[in-house]
Formats: sequence, structure tokens, C-alpha cells
Amino acid sequence: MRRAYSRGLVAAAAASALLLSACGGGDDNGGSSGSSGSSGGGSATIGFMGAQTGPNAQLGINISNGVELALQQHNAKSGVTQVKLIKYDTQGDPTQATNQAKKAITDKVVAIVGPAFSGESKTADPIFEEAGIPNVSPSATAVSLAQNGWKFWHRVLANDDVQGPGDADFIAKTLNAKTAAVIDDQSEYGKGLADAVRKQLATDGVKVAVNDSINPDASSFSSTVNKVKPANPDVVFFGGYYSAAGKLVKQLKDGGVQGTFMSGDGTLDAQFINGGGAAANGALLSCTCSSATGSSDPAVQKFATDYKAKFNVDPATYSAEGFDATNAILQAIDAGKTDPSDINDFVSKIDFKGVSKQIKFDANGELANDLLFITEVKDGKLAFLGDTTQAKPSA
Amino acid sequence: MWNDFTQQFWASTVDGLTNGSIYALIALGYTLVYGVLRLINFAHSEIFMLGTFAALGALNLFGISSPQTGLALVGTLLLMLVVAMVASGGSAVLLERIAYRPLRKRGASRLAALISAIGASFFLQELLAIWLGRDQIRIPRVMNKDTLFNIGSGQVRNDKVLVVVAAVVMMLLLERFVSTSRLGRGIRATAQDPDTAVLMGVNIDRVVMVTFLLGGILAGVAAALYGLFFELTQYNVGFLLGIKAFTAAVLGGIGNIRGALIGGLVLGLIESYGASIFGTQWLDVVAFSVLVLVLMFRPTGILGEQLQRARA
Repeated sequence: MRRAYSRGLVAAAAASALLLSACGGGDDNGGSSGSSGSSGGGSATIGFMGAQTGPNAQLGINISNGVELALQQHNAKSGVTQVKLIKYDTQGDPTQATNQAKKAITDKVVAIVGPAFSGESKTADPIFEEAGIPNVSPSATAVSLAQNGWKFWHRVLANDDVQGPGDADFIAKTLNAKTAAVIDDQSEYGKGLADAVRKQLATDGVKVAVNDSINPDASSFSSTVNKVKPANPDVVFFGGYYSAAGKLVKQLKDGGVQGTFMSGDGTLDAQFINGGGAAANGALLSCTCSSATGSSDPAVQKFATDYKAKFNVDPATYSAEGFDATNAILQAIDAGKTDPSDINDFVSKIDFKGVSKQIKFDANGELANDLLFITEVKDGKLAFLGDTTQAKPSA
Repeated sequence: MWNDFTQQFWASTVDGLTNGSIYALIALGYTLVYGVLRLINFAHSEIFMLGTFAALGALNLFGISSPQTGLALVGTLLLMLVVAMVASGGSAVLLERIAYRPLRKRGASRLAALISAIGASFFLQELLAIWLGRDQIRIPRVMNKDTLFNIGSGQVRNDKVLVVVAAVVMMLLLERFVSTSRLGRGIRATAQDPDTAVLMGVNIDRVVMVTFLLGGILAGVAAALYGLFFELTQYNVGFLLGIKAFTAAVLGGIGNIRGALIGGLVLGLIESYGASIFGTQWLDVVAFSVLVLVLMFRPTGILGEQLQRARA
């Protein structure tokens, strides 16, 4: 059901991407008239760059939906510059991103929402930097992106270095844990996250009673369960992805481990609940991304309702970030900025309350406030609890 | 390190035996086919995988999605077992017809059959991946997991007992079949000397088919128990398990029915103990180091006999 539906979504998105790129081609033919049009103050074109097809397309579609919603709401207001969108489908592939970035420059877009992933950001961002096109990524979290001295690059979520220590502080302060077990899946991401948690837990005075590393492809994690059980930790933290996390949480609960299960953004997926079944309930998942569903803020609720009305699905991972990144650019255009470098100056100094978080950048293009958000699994569904300072887990 | 080992000894033992029993059931299939054809049937792990999907399909078909008790539970377990056995047994026979028999008839080398096995393995995996997706799929819980009693730190649960008992019973039934029945005699004769067996009137095609059927049925039993115990399946679920089961077969003495059971249980225990002493990341390292050591001193495995010499 879910799968068939998302396949339909991909097909629809691919079709609309085709349509849009056809439109883009049309614009291109009348390139000179297009630029004279924008000097007239009537219209501008921005780009979205990210996966619309390919294995990780769903994340890209979550974002581009947020972008489309922001544009629709903007263009519906009277007396504003009409902003058009061109989608550049990278398929999540860094090589494709290079070609698409060059295409975006010939299309004379004034700003880019994206690139979505860290890998494609590494290849496409230097091209935008050289061309002086401001770009705001809704989802790239690699730490190194901020360390290149790029002037035109921004992102609307905290980087990977925020998550591990943030998780540990949450375990120590909000969950008041005295002991913890930290397990990883030996992957670059999972071990990195788990090691950051281990380090910060020690600083916070939480005893890490068990350290273990699993093979995520194994069927049985019984030896890990047998290590965790006698230690009876308050919290079990897992660094890894959702499929192993689902198996692990089930075997832990069946084995009689009572502690709260916690994991990072690699596990923030409905597939985790599918794999873990009832055992997944009460699990806490962290992400530097925000979630629009389940918030009590009226502005965020309006975003979620509008999104659902337009796309017939709830906003998902990075949808709110896509919406906020687009609005940052749109505010610059509304302020009368038409030249890419003027837009960039405006965006760099922007400070507004977005639907995901406060949007304000530091000198490197990172968010000024690093926030980490917590989602709890309740009754077999992902329930958003807010950032680590507000989140109140039910257990 | 040693403290962990002693503290977790009984828990490791119970779980080692449970995991080992599943290895053993799959290992029996490798051992049977190897004993008769001297062929490592690499697609056997996919025969097992098909069984897990068949068990899931049967549950979905009858709308069973919650834990059952009493007679309904017995019925559900039988349903899972029978459907998985039919699916795995049937596909094993089909596999033999399509991927191996044509090669055997043309007198192709064993290497060609090996490549055919690997091809069949990829084919079946990708078929399921394209059909049902690459994410893992949940099998509903049909049996409440109750702890029957504890031995030290070891939690003896009803589903674990079921898995171990089923493995031992299936091994005994298989051994009895091979050593006493007429077809079993044919299997032993073919294993010993195929040419002479033909001269003595053994129908080789039939023997080979029955061998694949038996291996498939056992993989089906393993699949149903796997579904009951782990409650998940995936297109590549057989891959790692298949390697472990093949290792168990070699450890016990490939071609030897009792060896497959012993090898499976020993491998499960070594993994469990190794992980408790050195940490779970060392599980495979410890298991395969022991395998190499055993093969250095006993090149034919722990029991070492071949199928043709198996006696009840």
C-alpha cells in the first residue's frame, strides 16, 4: 500500500519535473527577453536542486513539495514579484549535480534551494560559489560544508556534530539517566554518532555500562541483548539505520530489557516501526530536522494543513526545511532584491521565525542556533515532541 | 571479559543453541545435496528465503495478525510449516529441473553447475526484491513469547524451545528416512558411486529430485521457525544465514547428516560465547577462526563421515 503509493508519487513528481524542465527550456530560448522581463520587476526564477528520481527520491520530493507550497503562497499574494521554479533533478548523484548546477547557471536562476544531500553539495556548491548564486540547503548535514569559506552557501538545519552531543545531553538531563548502553552498527554514520554520544555521556556523568557493535545484516542480536540485560541500563542508544534498529528494539524488549530505546535520524522512518512492531513504542528518535506534524504552534499547524491540502500527504522529513529555505529567498525578492548577490546579502542577514525553527545564519552560513529535535514512537506512529529543551517524553 | 562470559554463560548457551538450530536445519539441505551430487547448492539460501515469504503469505491470506493460543496456535504453526515446506520443497525441485539437470545431462563440469547455482541465487533474490521491495517486511506475531523457566541468566522461552526441538526432530526423521527407506538406500548408493548405482537399477534423476525435495522441505521448516522467531523477512534474508549454515555443514563434516546438526549447534554456541567474551563485533572473527582451527586438525569436519557411510 505504502510502497505502491510512493511509487505513484515518484512517477507524478518525475512527470512534473519533465513538464517543468520543458518550461525551463522554453524560458531558455527566450533568454534575452527573460532577463529584460526580470529587470522590469515582474518575475524571477529560482531553482530547486535535489533527487526527484532514484533510490533516495522520497527525501527530495518531501523538500520540493515544501518549496512548491512556499511559492504558491507567495505568488497568490497581490502585487508581488511572480517567482517561477525550475527543478534540477540530481537523482542524489554528485556527478549529476555538477551538470545540473551548470544548467542552473545558464538558466539564470537568481537563487537555489538545495542541493539536498551532502555529497551533491560538495560538487555543486563550488560552482554556485564561483557564479555567485545564493543557495540554501534544507537538508545537507555534513560538517565539512561550512568549512570552505563559501559566501553564498547556507543551510537551515544544524550539522552532524550537533546530534551526538545533543543526544547525550538529552539522555543525561531530560531523561535523567544514570546508566546507558551504547550500541552501533559499525557504519561510518552509526559509529560516528555512537562515539559522539559515548564521549558526551562520560562528560555528563552518565555511566556507559555496555558498549557493543552489531552487524546490521545479522538476524540475531542475542549476544548484544545478553550483554545489555544484566546491566539494566536506563537508556539504550543505537547509532545506525532503521532496519537494524527495528530488529534490535524487538529483540531487546523480548529479552526483557526495560530501558528507553533511543536512536538518531538514521532511524527516523516509519520502517523502524514496521520492523520493531509494538516494541518500537516509547522509542525516542533525534534529528536536526524539524517535523511539522504534531506541533502546537498555529503557524506550523497551518503549514501542515496547507501541505496536506495541496499534496494529499502529511509533510515528511525536510518538508518544513524546504518551505523555510524557500521563504528566506522569497523575502529577499519581496524586499526588491533582484540581483543574486543582493539576494545573498539579504539572506545572510535574515532573521525570521520559520515553521521548522528560527532562521538566522552565522558568518559561515550555519544556523545561529543549533537545535536538535526529538520524535517519540507512540501507538505505532511518529509523534513529534519539539526541540530537546521542550521535548517531554511520555515514558 | 571473563566476567562477562561467566555472567552471560547460560544466556549465551540458550541463544547459541537456538541460533545454531536454525543454522542446522539449513545446513542439512547443503549437506544432502553435497553428499549426493558433490555440488554446493548456493541457491539453497534463496529456497529458505522463499519459505519465509510463503509463511508470511499464508498468514496474510488467512488474516492471522495477532498472537494465538491453544488449538488456534497449533493450527497457525502447522499452516506456516506446511506452506513454507511446500513452497521451499517445490522451488528446490524446480530449481534442480531448471538450473542443474540440463547441465548434468550434458555432462557439464561441477564448476558450471556452481556458476548456475550462483546465477539462480541472484535471480531469485532480485525477483523478490523487485516484486516486494527491498525493505524488510514484518511477519506478524502469532505466538506470545513466554518465558518458561530460567537457567541462571538464560531465559528459556517457548519459541526458543520450539526451534531447538524442531531441529533435532527433523534431523532424526531425515536420518531415519535415509538409512531405512528404499529411496534412502538409493540416496546412499548414489552418494557412494553414482555409476554403479545406475547399473544396480537406481533411478538417478529420481534420487536427485528427492534429495532436493528433502533439502527444500527442511529449509521450509527453518523458514517457518525463522518467521516465528524473528518475525521479519527480506529479499536477502538468506544470504548471511546461508553462509553460516554452509559453514556449519563444513564444520560438522559436509555430507554428514548428524554432522550438520552438530556443526550448527557448535557454530551457534561459538558465536554466542565469542561475542560475550570479545564483543559482538568479533562474532564472525571468532566463529571463522574456530572453523579454520577445526579444519586444520580434522580436515573433514568434526564428524567427518560421508553420507554413504551414515548409519542409523
